[in-house]
Amino acid sequence: MIAIVDYGLGNPLSIKNMLNRLGCESVVSKDFSILNQAQKIILPGVGHFTKGIENLKKSGLDVVLTDLVLQKKKPVLGICLGMQLMTQKSEEGFENGLSWIEAETLKFIAETKEMKIPHMGWADTSFKNSFILDHDFVENPPRFYHVHSYFVKCKNENEVLCKTQYFKQSFDSGFIKDNIMGVQFHPEKSHVFGKRFLSQFVNWNP
Amino acid sequence: MKRARIIPVLTISGNKLVKTIQFKKPNYLGDPLNAIKIFNDKMVDELIILDIDASKHNKEPNYQLIEEMAGEAFMPLGYGGGIKTFEQASKVFGLGVEKIVLNSILQTNINLITEIASVYGNQSVVISADIKKNLFGKNVLTFLSGEKKSNNNIKEILKSFIQAGAGELIINNIDREGTFKGYDLNLIKEFSELEVPIVVLGGCSGLEDMKMALKSGANAIAASSVFVYRNNNTNSILINYFNVNS
Repeated sequence: MIAIVDYGLGNPLSIKNMLNRLGCESVVSKDFSILNQAQKIILPGVGHFTKGIENLKKSGLDVVLTDLVLQKKKPVLGICLGMQLMTQKSEEGFENGLSWIEAETLKFIAETKEMKIPHMGWADTSFKNSFILDHDFVENPPRFYHVHSYFVKCKNENEVLCKTQYFKQSFDSGFIKDNIMGVQFHPEKSHVFGKRFLSQFVNWNP
Repeated sequence: MKRARIIPVLTISGNKLVKTIQFKKPNYLGDPLNAIKIFNDKMVDELIILDIDASKHNKEPNYQLIEEMAGEAFMPLGYGGGIKTFEQASKVFGLGVEKIVLNSILQTNINLITEIASVYGNQSVVISADIKKNLFGKNVLTFLSGEKKSNNNIKEILKSFIQAGAGELIINNIDREGTFKGYDLNLIKEFSELEVPIVVLGGCSGLEDMKMALKSGANAIAASSVFVYRNNNTNSILINYFNVNS
């Protein structure tokens, strides 16, 4: 069973819908004991970084999740804001992130008038060979739906899972470190590409 | 590769999928869920659903239908129609919708944009700028399905929406809606300099119109009739989709 963390932001139901299609049991919850029982955890999120961290702290989920992820080594996937919350800090606020990975969240700077922010739309995403289970992803870069004004920059290049480019700005659209994975795009809203990506997470044994 | 989004817009009235011409004469097309399933199979970039009756009849969004539609949509989904409060928007997001489209409420309460954007982010608030010509042939911004006109400068109003936190604008030309006359390219050029993504809607007859709109500065393409009628014939209903990569 996969627990999708309910902290009042984002679209947990969309993720549950996609997992249903994969035949994978999931539950949207903020209940500590359910999160503890789950085999894997998804941290979703759409919205403001500060609001996200505040909501996690208010409910005590920041402490519980950090224990489950860093001590108990439960596999976790952060999606969009969920990924950004896993970093150390964000330019979208002054609060520290969960700091599960050495990375920070930066704001897109528009190079030209044509470069609209937020970055919104489908983008080809190139995966690194060494991490991904589905090797077809490496040879035929899948496209994913992105929508964000901030992006993640990893300190350690070897923890980058995939990269996406928006105008001249190439950014880390995915990271992976031990049992921790994060992606900027929305697999739950990316048709078969997202379905295949999520099925990899479902089958992932870090 | 840079990909421009091509977004089918579905209009619903009650539980029915309908298609209007210049916001009038709704033509019954069928079951919205069925249409969404087909668009899902065709892997559309994104989908926008607009309830054209909710605000007009002062009704709340049809939450049950929205939930059913969202359950079939494995692509980004926008919903507009009848949203007047943060709580209503919040409920719609909770059903599996990514973007809220606002129009009628902005006549009286721009603040709702800020309320939603500060929690769900700017990218989740889309404004439908419904534009049509007034009696003197001048473009004006309208609310409430084109029934209420604003006399203020359109660009200034749109800037105030962006200032309030809107993340995307649909430039919707009512006079061309459902007519297959092509997009209003001047309108696109006029607003393409605004800093948020510009989605163009109204008048599309096919691929060439889409390409011209992108060249004129649109960031994404929305269309309705071309995706629900066969060969632009309003007597022949056929859910279809094609893709252009720029």
